[in-house]
Amino acid sequence: MPESATIPHTPSSGGDSEGKSKSADKSSRTRRLKHDIIEAVNELIQDITTCHEQIAEQAIEHIHQNEVILTLGSSKTVLEFLYAAKEKRRSFRVFVAEGAPRYQGHLLAKELVARGLHTTLITDSAVFAIISRVNMVIVGAHAVMANGGVIAPVGLNMVALAAQKHAVPFVVLAGSHKLCPLYPHNPEVLLNELRSPSELLDFGEFSDCLDFGSGTGSPLLHVVNPAFDYVPPKLVSLFITDTGGHNPSYMYRLIADYYSADDLVVQGRIASGKLSSNRFCLLYSR
Amino acid sequence: MDARRATTTVPRVRQVGFFTPNAPPAQPSRTHSFPLDSSSPPLSNSPVNNSLSPVMIPPSRHLSDNLVHRATSPLPVPEPSAFRRPIRSHHVAVVGSYNPTESLLGSSPPLASPSSRVIGDGEFSEESSAGWFRRSNSAKFASSFSGAFDLTSVMSSEAGGFHQVKKPVVAQTQSTKPLKEKTTKAERRALQEAQRAAKAAAKDMTVSVGVSTSKPVKQQPAQKKDAPPPASSIAVSDRKGVERSMEKERRKDIPAPRMQFDDKSRVEKAKKRAVVNQSEARNRVELFRHLPQYEHGTQLPDLESKFFQLDPMHPAVYKVGLQYLAGDISGGNARCIAMLQAFQEVIKDYSTPPEKSLTRDLTAKISSFVSFFTECRPLSMSMGNTIRFLKSRIAKLPLTFSESEAKASLCADIDRFINEKIVLADNVIIRHAVTKIMDGDVLLTYGSSCVVEMILLYAHELGKQFRVVIVDSRPKLKGQALLRRLVGKGLSCTYTHINAVSYIMHEVTRVFLGSSSVLSNGTVYSRVGTACVAMVAHAFHVPVLICCEAYKFHERVLLDSICSNELGDPDALSKVPGRMDINYLDDLTNKDNMQLLNLMYDATPSEYVSMIITDYGMIPPTSVPVIVREYGREYLWI
Repeated sequence: MPESATIPHTPSSGGDSEGKSKSADKSSRTRRLKHDIIEAVNELIQDITTCHEQIAEQAIEHIHQNEVILTLGSSKTVLEFLYAAKEKRRSFRVFVAEGAPRYQGHLLAKELVARGLHTTLITDSAVFAIISRVNMVIVGAHAVMANGGVIAPVGLNMVALAAQKHAVPFVVLAGSHKLCPLYPHNPEVLLNELRSPSELLDFGEFSDCLDFGSGTGSPLLHVVNPAFDYVPPKLVSLFITDTGGHNPSYMYRLIADYYSADDLVVQGRIASGKLSSNRFCLLYSR
Repeated sequence: MDARRATTTVPRVRQVGFFTPNAPPAQPSRTHSFPLDSSSPPLSNSPVNNSLSPVMIPPSRHLSDNLVHRATSPLPVPEPSAFRRPIRSHHVAVVGSYNPTESLLGSSPPLASPSSRVIGDGEFSEESSAGWFRRSNSAKFASSFSGAFDLTSVMSSEAGGFHQVKKPVVAQTQSTKPLKEKTTKAERRALQEAQRAAKAAAKDMTVSVGVSTSKPVKQQPAQKKDAPPPASSIAVSDRKGVERSMEKERRKDIPAPRMQFDDKSRVEKAKKRAVVNQSEARNRVELFRHLPQYEHGTQLPDLESKFFQLDPMHPAVYKVGLQYLAGDISGGNARCIAMLQAFQEVIKDYSTPPEKSLTRDLTAKISSFVSFFTECRPLSMSMGNTIRFLKSRIAKLPLTFSESEAKASLCADIDRFINEKIVLADNVIIRHAVTKIMDGDVLLTYGSSCVVEMILLYAHELGKQFRVVIVDSRPKLKGQALLRRLVGKGLSCTYTHINAVSYIMHEVTRVFLGSSSVLSNGTVYSRVGTACVAMVAHAFHVPVLICCEAYKFHERVLLDSICSNELGDPDALSKVPGRMDINYLDDLTNKDNMQLLNLMYDATPSEYVSMIITDYGMIPPTSVPVIVREYGREYLWI
């Protein structure tokens, strides 16, 4: 049913008078529907672009003086969050883990330094070593699942485990548009993307190993390069969204605000496990 | 109880009389604290005199203040820092046959070596010549403590030599002022020991055996330290005889404090006697100010250019030092073996200078080479254990050996150490470990450990069917070399980077990790990232097996990775080799706000480790201090 709502049904040109009156009705209904949908999409765009400010306003409540903050990879939300705290004259230091193999951490470190924050770049392997001296871990998210779990850039599960061991709060910044009504079953496989191995291994150096061969016909060398990690809700201390701070166990209530009840029942062919298709399939109700 | 002993014992030492009677009131508090905790680093930071060792009872303060000013004035013989050390040792020779190292125990090289004697600069006031004479008289008693006590006959002949050179020493006081300060410190210790020896000699000669043999345990040549806990613990324990010597041995097990790189004065002193010119990195992370960080890229060309100005340095040692600096040799076992083989060359080419004892001179030489290695790259803990072993073997050479016999015996000892403790130990570990690999296993390893590689290859040869997952990390990316070797031998491998370890861990059945060292509280000190892998494995209930030879066990304890670590080249972080699109940080490395931290090691807590496979068997991490205690002495006395 939702599909028919989004895709306007164009009437055939030649038809009987009944069809014509129906088409006249349909076109006005279609126009109204288009108008509503376009308005909704514009609102969504507005939300996405302004969520940074609303989240960053809450920065001052969570960052005190002389803090040490750890983050991994790069997220614009995190950047704005930290910058807002700095604007309010809080002094703190940031450890940025580089986030191989995309090395987004380098970008974030460059941005932070440009804005005047004291930044130290570390490798991802040094996270456990450093975290005992860190006060808070602040990260962005790719998506927030219905149970409060987070689909985050790869490596953040490791950081969350280390933070739990050292009792360091793990704070996830996510705009409300990242909320997803799906429950993550086997998220490492189903909700993940595997990227090109060339980011890890140079093809030229290892082309001999990548040959199919060795008799059985299967390659001896596999390269695994996942793009995302799943962080279970018990490792997350707090979600900071544009509507305020929430516990992971509360996130499912927000789904009712952003998704129509009709759409929470996920049908077989819709549930492909791809987040992008969810956005198109489900009606964004206000 | 120690405090009470301190009140009774210390004043006796102080009445020796080699310092002025109007000692400042701050002294009693210092001397009180010495026997209490012979190895606590804060002792060296007392406000009285920042860089004094706890053993040295400071002379009256005003004199030492003058001394500090004088020490900063240029030395009478200006020379480049590279030559300073050799010329200083040359100065020592000029003094005569008296080599401060001889009068001291052969096994306390950090003080005896020429390099560490520089620490005495600026610390001690001038000695009255009367005190000097008195001390040299008692030096022969102190020498009775070296190794076996049948050395006294040898020492008395040396003492005769002392008297002959006294006058030239005194005459050269003015011109060799810094040198004299070094010798006065050594002299003071000699005098202290002499006092103790005089008192203990009457009581029990066997005590000296206990004393001397426990001294090798204390050798930590990796530290350019100025606080010799062995001597301080001697001060206390020799008071009352045998039971004290037992206590002292136990106290000796506390590792000595290490070089404090956040103390500017010590760093300056260390720099003066350094062979390698190191300029400190400019943008240092605050949290790691206590660790050395130097500008990379400047040391190697500098050392290479000095290759032909080798006077004190043996070419084999120089070569290995350069290899450490360039990173050509890495991995605990490889570094140890390279170092031992270099020392074998040194021993083969060594000839005792006239009127010197082989043990002491050779030990001093070894110490100077060790400090050179430390400047090239900080020693690993296993290398520290190895050096302790070597020095104890040198100290244990029977006096009846001629020079060639001694050299042959030492070379044989080194060969035996390499064979037993590394090669055979690896074989035993491999045999134990393959029993833990079953068909259908998926084994994960991190980085490139030589022992784990041998285990995997051996299990593959035995015909076991398993897969390997190699987890790698920046900036070294050592896993790629391991990957190539394993795939070349026909193992089926999966390669991934450390961020993806949570993704891959649900397929893994066992984790095999190597380590640089295992500490006494069960903490595994290894390549940075090992802790992350072990933690994720523990979260997924996958057993973690550490493969480590027993000679790498250490009696230190560590709680986290910050207090003791090694800082690598920060520029290795900003450059991503092979990826042209990732050069965001090209122009940023010298900005004030931007710091790059390249840690080399980290500490894995023992609760993440299921089992440690050593050549003594498969043990839980809680049994490591047992092995250190029971078997730690064994290999020192092969």
